[in-house]
Parts: sequence; structure tokens; C-alpha cells
Amino acid sequence: MSAREEILARVRAAVADAPDAPPATRDYRTTHTAPERIVELLAENLADYRALVHRTDEKGLPGLIASLLADRGSATVLAPPGVPPAWLAALGPGITRIEDNPDSTARELDLVDSVVTGCALAVAETGTLVLDGSPDQGRRRVTLVPDHHICVVRVADQVVGSVPQAMPRLDPTRPLTWISGPSATSDIELDRVEGVHGPRTLEVVLVEG
Amino acid sequence: MSGTYLGMPAFPVAAKAALGNETLRGNLRHATHTIRDKRAKAVAELDDWALLREAGKQIKDHTLRHLDRYLVQLEESVTAAGGVVHWAGDAAEANRIVAELVKATGETEVVKVKSMATQEIGLNEALEAEGISAYETDLAELIVQLGDDLPSHILVPAIHRNRGEIRDIFRDRMGAWGRAAPEDLSDVPADLAEAARLHLREKFLRAKVGISGANFMVAETGTLVVVESEGNGRMCLTLPETLISVVGIEKIVPSWQDLEVFLQTLPRSSTAERMNPYTSMWTGTTDGDGPSAFHLVLVDNGRTDTLADEVGRQALRCIRCSACLNVCPVYERAGGHAYGSVYPGPIGAILSPQLRGIGSEVDASLPYASSLCGACYEVCPVAIDIPEVLVHLRERIADRGGKGHRLEKAAIKASGWVFDHPKVLAAGERAASLTRKLHPSRVPGGAAWTDSRDLPELPAAPFRDWWKKNRGEKNRGEENRGEKNDQGGKNNRGEGTAT
Repeated sequence: MSAREEILARVRAAVADAPDAPPATRDYRTTHTAPERIVELLAENLADYRALVHRTDEKGLPGLIASLLADRGSATVLAPPGVPPAWLAALGPGITRIEDNPDSTARELDLVDSVVTGCALAVAETGTLVLDGSPDQGRRRVTLVPDHHICVVRVADQVVGSVPQAMPRLDPTRPLTWISGPSATSDIELDRVEGVHGPRTLEVVLVEG
Repeated sequence: MSGTYLGMPAFPVAAKAALGNETLRGNLRHATHTIRDKRAKAVAELDDWALLREAGKQIKDHTLRHLDRYLVQLEESVTAAGGVVHWAGDAAEANRIVAELVKATGETEVVKVKSMATQEIGLNEALEAEGISAYETDLAELIVQLGDDLPSHILVPAIHRNRGEIRDIFRDRMGAWGRAAPEDLSDVPADLAEAARLHLREKFLRAKVGISGANFMVAETGTLVVVESEGNGRMCLTLPETLISVVGIEKIVPSWQDLEVFLQTLPRSSTAERMNPYTSMWTGTTDGDGPSAFHLVLVDNGRTDTLADEVGRQALRCIRCSACLNVCPVYERAGGHAYGSVYPGPIGAILSPQLRGIGSEVDASLPYASSLCGACYEVCPVAIDIPEVLVHLRERIADRGGKGHRLEKAAIKASGWVFDHPKVLAAGERAASLTRKLHPSRVPGGAAWTDSRDLPELPAAPFRDWWKKNRGEKNRGEENRGEKNDQGGKNNRGEGTAT
């Protein structure tokens, strides 16, 4: 008998006399947050886990991104192909935009200073951004290897209150990355330290209007 | 890594040694108290916690009851998404499968995401025997691996080490494994994390094979989920060309929606965060993004035996959050190593003897490594009644007539005879009081139970004698006939502080 058949047979024998266990009742809450509190809560929870939160409107976005990159002294910024050109329209002359080349190696990405992406959605109660690999978010590695990530959230249609509200809006066939604050570790005496392997600086731009 | 759990002494011996280590106790006390307080706050934010806990329990119970169906469904979903599913009955089979998969890539190095399942099967050692180096990339696992040490906690495996010890390990050992730590490395956590970042980035950027476990597998969609903080998981899951995930068969949830329960309860229970910094979800392979080959190795290794035990099977609901470790008074004092098992603490005390069987002395001792205070059950986000399983396993061990239990039974039998013969008891008490300076602090030559417990100090005089002298004038000569003493007892109620 193959390992597969043996394991399945053992499982069947093990539960043959077990009592019935029906599917779960879902009487927990769909959300814990009143709709008018959602955006504020998202901003608070992102900041609580040490993401840097900025707020602007469509018009102010290019200027804000340009100043965030300049303040950090970034010389190169990678933006996946689906990032609207307007977002990077105000970059100063010292900053070069790099396209994400599917053949680029992790070592090449390691030399990039900053990355700018959109997101699939954001979850207020947990302070979480979810990326799903859409053209404005790029491959998983582009938001991982560079040390500085600027993520743009469209408040009007991308913010949900809770995890249960997020699930039906996500497509499990896509690779998903949930990001809640920058890379952190608590492995040394349980002191939280930002940044071990992922970007050590996460800036979130909430775009209203 | 040469450290191994094989041949570890049974819990009482290991715990006694650990109790003498003041640094260890200090490190543990600080860590467990910090995290248990934070956890309580994180849980209090959700006023439907009890309902989420109940839903989590029900989802897992339903899955386990129909595990055969969900395993087959998962296999279909993963295969349809471009993955390859392998089945392993035990640790040796799982290790062989993984080693062959790595060899087929022509690589001799792999990077690893922290995984309880691969620790359980001893994968690193098995790969080493095949000439393959497995690099742990979680900061705590790196500390453990470089220190030639063993993990002592499910979530924070190096919880038993303080910053000074970690600095010494990095300074002394990093160079032998790759990029050395800076000469002047301090013990500031940020500097230690930076040294780990530089040391490991070198490995991530050249890795061709990654090995992971998974927190969840969704039968309906074939999606695997890894929950982590540092980004080392994301590195291992997305940069290599080949990804091999080694996962216990109990890690299934039926539907995509089920994740909404555990993504709320797991982070709050484990790191006390609303959400952990990074969660990765992948379904088979994706063109142009991440590994081009994905293998899922489904591991039994004692899980079907556990499933067959009607009381013990609830241990398979465990989502490895480690909340039970952090509230356990026994874990806090003894530390994770004393359990002689990959799974320490209360969950380890019920899971390890079920996965491995109760044949060895270590495993037979684990169900006794508890005060049955119930704190572990209170905090468990899937409501595993750990005390119930502990008592059940003690019964099973008793039925087998284990050595420790036979001694215990003999002791109870002997004391029963003494209690049935009051004059013998009275004489014994008097003799005990008169010789109390000579008594050992523990019962000599005893079993595990007595070894781990101090004897109470004996009073200068037996209570019977004190009673006779101070209160018992009317009842002199009748001290052995309880019913006659009722009157005096009532009159003196509330003053009974004599002993």
C-alpha cells in the first residue's frame, strides 16, 4: 500500500466511531468597527506598528511621493508597470525610476533604494495592507528586497474594517502578501525591533477623494 | 547541529537541573510575563473572542472528523494549481522525500523558514547526513542553530537566551557559517538584528531551494499560509526556484473563509499583535512570480494515532500559537528544554506523548509535567482542554503499569493501611515530630512524582498531641473516635490554627 493509501486508511479507521462534527457556526462579528471610524482606525493601527502614515488627495500624491523619496535620499525607485505614471510625475532629477524586469535577479533588486506600489486592500482593525500581485503591486520580491516601501491606499474603495470583510474580496489563486507594519522581530528578550529582512521602513499613503 | 532531544532525561530530572539555572529562570520569567500581559490586552480588543474561539474549535473538529475527505480535496487543489503532493507516513519517509527533491535540483544548500514539523522530523540532521546544508533563517532559530543549541519555545525558540548570550553566539559562531558578525558587535537588539540581516541576506540572494512548513492549508483552494514577522519567510517562499513545504496532515482548514477566524485569533494569541507583520499565501505556482516548482509533503508521523484517541485527538486542533506556554507556571520555571521534545509546555505535554507514543521514560513523564491549574485551557484559542488530556494520558500510562506509577500506587496503598490503623498513625506522627531535624527535604529513592516535590516541614508536635494538651481535656482517651469529638470541634471552630 502506498503511503497515501495507508494514511487515508488510518484516518478513516481513527474517526470511524467519532461523534458527528458539523461545519462551524459563524456567530462571531463581521466587523468591530463603525464605518465612519474605519479610516482613522487604519491610520492609528498602522502607526501603532510603526508604519509611517501620510494622508493626501489625488492632486497632492505626486508631490508627496517625490518628497518622501527625496527626504530619504533615494537615488533609485522601482515601480511595477501598473503604477500610474502620475504617481511618479514629480520626481526630482536625482531620482531614477527603474522598471521591474522579470529577469532581474534578487541581487539587482538588493541595489534598489525604494519601491512604490499600490495595494489590493487595507484592513483597518489589524492595520494591514494586502498585496495580490496585480500590475500596480508587482511580484512579491519587489516589495521585499529593497529596504524602503511606499504603499499607496485609495481610501474610497480599498479600505475594509475587518479580516472577515477582507476575505471575500481577495482572490486565493493569486499570491497574497499581508503586510502589517515593517519587518519586525521580537526574538531578543521579546523587545520589538524593526527590520530584519523585509523593508525596515514602510510608508503608507492614504489617498482620499 | 549536534544538539538532540534523543536520550534526554525525563522531565523531572531535566526540570530540576533547569531550576538551578538562575539566568534561564530570569530570561523565562521576563519573557513569559511580558507576553502574557500583552496578549490579554490584544484579546480584549475583540469582544467576540469567545465566539471566535468556539468557531475555531468547531472548524478544527469538523476538519479532523472528515480529514480523509479534506486531504484528498487539498491534494486535488494543489495539483490543479501546479504543485506536486507527496505523502509521508513517518519522519524517515518525509526526510527521504525532501532529500531526494533537493538532490534532484543539484543543490547542496537550502534556506529554511522556521517550521515545527521539520524540527519534529529532524529534517536538518537528515539533510546534513545527505551532504545538504540547511540554513535556519528565523532570527531565533539562527541563534539556536549557531549556538549548537535546541529550541525551547514554539514561537520564540531562543527565549532562554538573553541579549548578552546572543551577542556572544553571533560573535563567536557567525563566521564559521558565512558572513561574520562585526568585531565590535554590541548587545543592543537592533545591532544584533542588523548582524543577522547581513549574515542571512547573503544566503537568501543565492538560494535556489527553500523549505517551509505552513500554518494553514486550505482544502477548497489549495492555498498554503505562512504567518511570520521578520520577512525571512517571504524570502524563503519567494526567492528560490524550488519550494518544498513540509506540513502535518492536521493543518488543513476546509474553506478560504475559515482563515478569517484563525487570522484573528492566531496573532493575538501568539505574539499578542493585532496581526503579525507578514502573512504569505500561495496557491501552487504563479508564472513569473515566486518559485517555479512547488512540492507539498504531507506528514502523518503519529498524527493518525493521535486522531484515534477519542480524548487526546483534540490536541490536533493546535495552531501552534504558544499561548499555553506563556501562562504555564511549570514552563515558566522549568523552561522548554526540560520537556525533551520539539513541542514544549502544556501542549507539548499532551502532543509529544501522543505523536511519539508513551513507550519512553521521557514521554511517559510528560503528562505529569503539569500542576493541572487549567491556565493553558483558558488561553487556548481553539479551546483544547489540555488538563483533560493530561489526566487521560496519565490514566493510559497507569494502565500500562509504568515504573513511576507502580511506586505511586505502592505509596498510596501503604498510607491507606496506616490511616486505617489510628494507633499506628499516632505513633508514627510522634516519632516523625521527634526526629524532624533529621528528615530529608524529599522522599528518598522515590518516583518522578516525589522527586519533583518538597516534603512539607513537620510541626514540633503532632496535632493529636497538641489537641489533647490544649483543648481535649473532656475527650481524653477518645481521640481516635471521631464522632465523640464533634462537640469539642464545633466549640472551637475558628480557632484551629494550632498546627
